[in-house]
Amino acid sequence: MKKNITFKVNGTEHSVEVEPRELLIHVIREKISMTGSHIGCDTSSCGACTILVDGKSAKSCTLLAVQANGKEITTVEGLATAEGLHPIQEGFHLNHALHCGFCTPGMMMRAIEMLEKNPNPTEEEIRWGIAGNLCRCTGYNNIVKAIQWASAKMQDKELPSTEPEFV
Amino acid sequence: MIKCKTSKEIGGMGHSKKRKEDARFIQGKGNYVDDIKLPGMLYMDIVRSPYAYAKIKSIDATKALEIPGVIAVVTGKDLEKYNLHWMPTLMSDTQMVLPTDTVMYQSQEVAAVIATDRYVARDGKEAVVVDYEPMKPLMDPFKAMDEEAPVLRPDKEGKTDNHIWHWEVGDKEKTADIFNSADVVVKQQMHIPRIHVASIETCGCVAAYDKVENHLTMYMTTQAPHAIRTVIALVAGHVGLTEEKIRVISPDIGGGFGGKVPVYPGYVIAIAVSFLTGAPIKWIEDRSENLQADSFARDYHITAEMAGTSDGKIQATRFKVLADHGYTDASANPSKFPTGLFSIGTGSYDYGAAYMEADAVYTNKPPGGVAYRCSFRVTEAVHAIERMTDMFAKKVGKDPAQLRMENFIKKEQFPWASPTGWSYDSGDYHAGLKLAMDTVGYDELRKEQLELRKEGKLMGIGISTFTEVVGAGPAKDFDILGIKMFDSAEIRVHPTGKAIARFGTKSQGQGHETTYAQIIAEELGIPMEHIQIEEGDTDTAPYGLGTYASRSTPTAGAAAAMAARKLRDKAKKIAAHLMEVSEQDLEWEPGKFFVKGAPEKSKTIQEIVFAAYTNHPEGMEGGFEATHYYDPPNLTFPSGAYICIVDVDPDTCDIKVRRFVAIDDCGNIINPMIVQGQVHGGLTQGIAPAMYEELIYDEAGNILNGTFMDYLVPTAVESPSWETGHTVTPAPHHPIGAKGVGESPTVGAPPAIVNAIVDAVHHLGIDHLEIPVTPFKLYKALKAKGYFGDNA
Amino acid sequence: MIAENFNYDAPSTLEEAIALLHQYGDDAKILAGGHSLVPMMKLRFASPTHLIDINNIPGLSYIKEEDGLLKIGAMTKEVEVEESEIIKNKYHIFGDATKLIADPQVRNFGTLGGNLAHGDAANDHPAVMFALGASVEITGNQGKRTVPIDEFFHGFYMTAVQHGEVLTEIQIPAASGNYGSAYHKAERKVGDYATAGVAAMVQIGADGRCTKVGIGLTNVNSVPMRASRSEEALLGSDLSEAVINQAAQYASEDCNPSADLRGDEDYKRHLVKVITKRMLNLAISRAKNQG
Ligand SMILES: Cc1cc2nc3c(=O)[nH]c(=O)nc-3n(C[C@H](O)[C@H](O)[C@H](O)COP(=O)(O)OP(=O)(O)OC[C@H]3O[C@@H](n4cnc5c(N)ncnc54)[C@H](O)[C@@H]3O)c2cc1C
Ligand code: FES
Ligand code: FES
Repeated sequence: MKKNITFKVNGTEHSVEVEPRELLIHVIREKISMTGSHIGCDTSSCGACTILVDGKSAKSCTLLAVQANGKEITTVEGLATAEGLHPIQEGFHLNHALHCGFCTPGMMMRAIEMLEKNPNPTEEEIRWGIAGNLCRCTGYNNIVKAIQWASAKMQDKELPSTEPEFV
Repeated sequence: MIKCKTSKEIGGMGHSKKRKEDARFIQGKGNYVDDIKLPGMLYMDIVRSPYAYAKIKSIDATKALEIPGVIAVVTGKDLEKYNLHWMPTLMSDTQMVLPTDTVMYQSQEVAAVIATDRYVARDGKEAVVVDYEPMKPLMDPFKAMDEEAPVLRPDKEGKTDNHIWHWEVGDKEKTADIFNSADVVVKQQMHIPRIHVASIETCGCVAAYDKVENHLTMYMTTQAPHAIRTVIALVAGHVGLTEEKIRVISPDIGGGFGGKVPVYPGYVIAIAVSFLTGAPIKWIEDRSENLQADSFARDYHITAEMAGTSDGKIQATRFKVLADHGYTDASANPSKFPTGLFSIGTGSYDYGAAYMEADAVYTNKPPGGVAYRCSFRVTEAVHAIERMTDMFAKKVGKDPAQLRMENFIKKEQFPWASPTGWSYDSGDYHAGLKLAMDTVGYDELRKEQLELRKEGKLMGIGISTFTEVVGAGPAKDFDILGIKMFDSAEIRVHPTGKAIARFGTKSQGQGHETTYAQIIAEELGIPMEHIQIEEGDTDTAPYGLGTYASRSTPTAGAAAAMAARKLRDKAKKIAAHLMEVSEQDLEWEPGKFFVKGAPEKSKTIQEIVFAAYTNHPEGMEGGFEATHYYDPPNLTFPSGAYICIVDVDPDTCDIKVRRFVAIDDCGNIINPMIVQGQVHGGLTQGIAPAMYEELIYDEAGNILNGTFMDYLVPTAVESPSWETGHTVTPAPHHPIGAKGVGESPTVGAPPAIVNAIVDAVHHLGIDHLEIPVTPFKLYKALKAKGYFGDNA
Repeated sequence: MIAENFNYDAPSTLEEAIALLHQYGDDAKILAGGHSLVPMMKLRFASPTHLIDINNIPGLSYIKEEDGLLKIGAMTKEVEVEESEIIKNKYHIFGDATKLIADPQVRNFGTLGGNLAHGDAANDHPAVMFALGASVEITGNQGKRTVPIDEFFHGFYMTAVQHGEVLTEIQIPAASGNYGSAYHKAERKVGDYATAGVAAMVQIGADGRCTKVGIGLTNVNSVPMRASRSEEALLGSDLSEAVINQAAQYASEDCNPSADLRGDEDYKRHLVKVITKRMLNLAISRAKNQG
């Protein structure tokens, strides 16, 4: 019954033996020991498990690990490079877009694909673009700001202020 | 702009310092409980009842035990052997860990399956066969109060009905007299529905008992690790697990909001199984289990009344509550306050008479009554008073803002003695509402509303001007299971002038690692970057009652300031010694002591600390450490003025929050960025019960929306772009004048939203709408008023 | 939530897939995007013993106009539909619908074929297909057959796709002339299944009369349905407000919604009426701007 699968996670190739029913999120967290991607629900509703599969944002709780055979996966652990943080990580930090941090990895992975397809999203587009990711802590305002900030940074545009607008 | 006493480098109070804790979270290096993996760890899954009320005839684990990898199936009967099948709740009621004969709510824990991995545990769970004899559940709290109602808790000695407790406060006669002679009385029955905190991380633990050392390390999602350690010792002391043998570690927590205060059966079973097997046991709930079985919040049925004069002066209020607690009172209130701080419900208004009473009742629903982002039932109280204020304004034909302005307690009246016994510390309600009205453009919006109405469009403006009560609490009144609700801080400054500070609280996203460092930086002048904050490990942190009810800043934040001040006193002595002057000649500026009149003669805090280890005055203790247990003299009373604008689609009844302006007053602000972030988050948790969330049960006791498919947590699309601001009225009795803010928005937002929706349709004959106000509910209400004619 | 165990195959040709389906019999299921099936398996509402993953079969994903038809390969993902230029230019209904289906991550995987083959009246594409007058191409041992959408849905989770068959293509009569289409559903929050949804397509002749019309309804009947009486009222009419109102009224009368958490029967009928009106008007205005 078990299957051998091979995939790349954050650039490194892994071969693991899995039952076909094993969910990709479990394999990444428990067999590859990358626990940055989280599980927040059992109905594919929350997006805490969002990763990139061949560059596409995916709810890894709704993919079987066997489906990832031969694919390239990016998780939050793969964002920062030797040069430093990814702009989306910086954006989240500087704009206070996380409180408990549980939704954050999934939220950032989703945002990365969104910005790739639409480098200059409007606020409305950002909100619809992260509609598959629940955050219970932040009220989303600062997540929107963080994504706007990252959008500017990724295009070498003038960076928006990261001071709170607190009249 | 907020004035800061310290430089940006020191980063004391008032600086929007970026958070220190972010680095690990944005890089996937957070350490949440499900990330913990110990050698030899086993997994636990829980068999749950499909019935709300049933006798358990038998539990057959044979098939489950045949599955390779299933190690054990644990039932109530197994725990009974060790007298571990019941546990106390924080309200001194009793709760089953696992049932021996009867299940009392749907999804109640029935048996636990222990296996080598979570997949096998789940297979085992499916294979356990339980034979139930279903009984008719009691779901309606009013029916449960009937004399003929079957008694749900015969296990409680002498119990002949389902009534749990009665509580009252205020002057009943005086209030009745005013009501009897008042010009105007408004009355409304309302339900503050059962909701769930739904933090994105569910609950879970890894219980690791070491047989050789007779020592338990309990990693768990708890907001109150010390209290949990004590509770475990109370429950398991008789099997030899005494308090010094227990270490509770609360790792990073993915949101708490009050839902991670109680002790859930899963934790206790995991401990029991680890104790018996010697293996670490991991238990992580699914979302559905979390929604269906973990403590709910709210569920108050309130009959609210307000009396006043025909020109709009509020004279008295009367609230009567029926509290549905499910099958046991597992609230997380301070002991003396069965309804929490509900008595804050006289609000921000100046009147002299109020009477409130409450009764609690058992039903076949999950237990609870947690303070969901709320200082113990303040949300319910604020909803009632703010709805009634609006109804009263409509009844007397006054603009609701105007009426509030006329009834507010005035700035000069503080400290203000409320008719239910509170002493409000400070406030400036007029300033808050004025700022909110100016920010939103209130008068223009009222004009626009009239114009739109002429075109048949529905737009509403809603206000909520609330007073919160947080920071529980003064030891004379506040305890949980007898333990006084102080909180603590311990600061150690190392010889090189860098510090570590430890606390009895536990952040679940509030940013304590940053704000506590800022408080200490403010007091000692050590740059906040060099102050490491630790919480959540009972072996290292001083005792404290934890983080909930907006109490961390008022209590632990104060403790940090007080401990730092002890150190500053010591620093002064050392500085005097070093500069060979008397203490009276020294003056402090953040980061150094200097000689009065000779500012060039000074010693920096770093020099002083170094001296504390290398060259301290004779007779003085070496080192530079201090601990403080802070017992607040009073609670703090944050307030807010919120204005919400909604547009309602007259055909589909869709409701859109067009704007929402929130002006908060939480006293002195430690970190504006974090305060603003807390307000944003709380507002989204305010729109949630106002428009989306409610746990719904049918008569047979089934939960109808126990997953995230149907329990509608708002996304970024439902959540509007919040507009925030503040006024500052410091808490006079608090060492740093701060009041706590985490909960104000959750408390204050729902009535603003409902008031706005009612305002949009009031001219169509609607006086009140129950939350959550969904398009469906609004449609029904409008239809009943004939709004859609009779052909739809 | 964890599924029961099963065997997994990922064949690389359609023939192999069909052979495996035959080999494993009734308990085998096709895995397309997996975004309906895997959630059901996790909840153990479905427990197939074999999954045949058809994602490795080339040639099942495309959007093209050919032979007077808009052809969509069964494995075409929602996101590909959203981003397709042909669709953006001519078939606005898909843009309306996909935006309201689940969320971007789900749309990265969910397929159009799966959305139909799932046979769930709560899904949004069935109504769209009714409105557009689609047919579905099904491939089996015996080759291909084409089933009109009206004959496709047989019951709850049951469709014309028989055991051992694969839905391979969706065929839609190509847009021509003044053609407009629109979709909207009322939902409790973004990404939710419909409380009630309406898909509408109209084509308007030179004389302003309705030359073609289609209306499909979401989640207001046990199987996806067409609002036939509404279509009859509209076809050949001048699409006046009165006719549109009449059509909307018919749709609200002819659907069969059941009460649930989303609303009661009366509310859903009301929504069908309101949304039918709005979608017809939107489709008409789009038609007038086209061609
Ligand atoms: C959180 C969430 C929200 C959602 N919300 C919506 C929504 O609002 N509206 C909506 O329409 N959908 C919604 N969906 C469902 C989603 O669109 C699914 O992707 C879609 O219904 C099924 O497509 P799939 O490719 O994922 O099919 P799968 O899940 O792979 O398959 C579904 C069923 O169809 C069968 N099948 C699939 N492809 C074929 C084929 N080519 N031939 C024969 N049989 C086949 C499978 O065997 C299975 O029985 C939601 C899903 C999730 C997880
Ligand atoms: S865990 Fe919630 S969507 Fe994957
Ligand atoms: S930061 Fe806590 S869930 Fe988003």
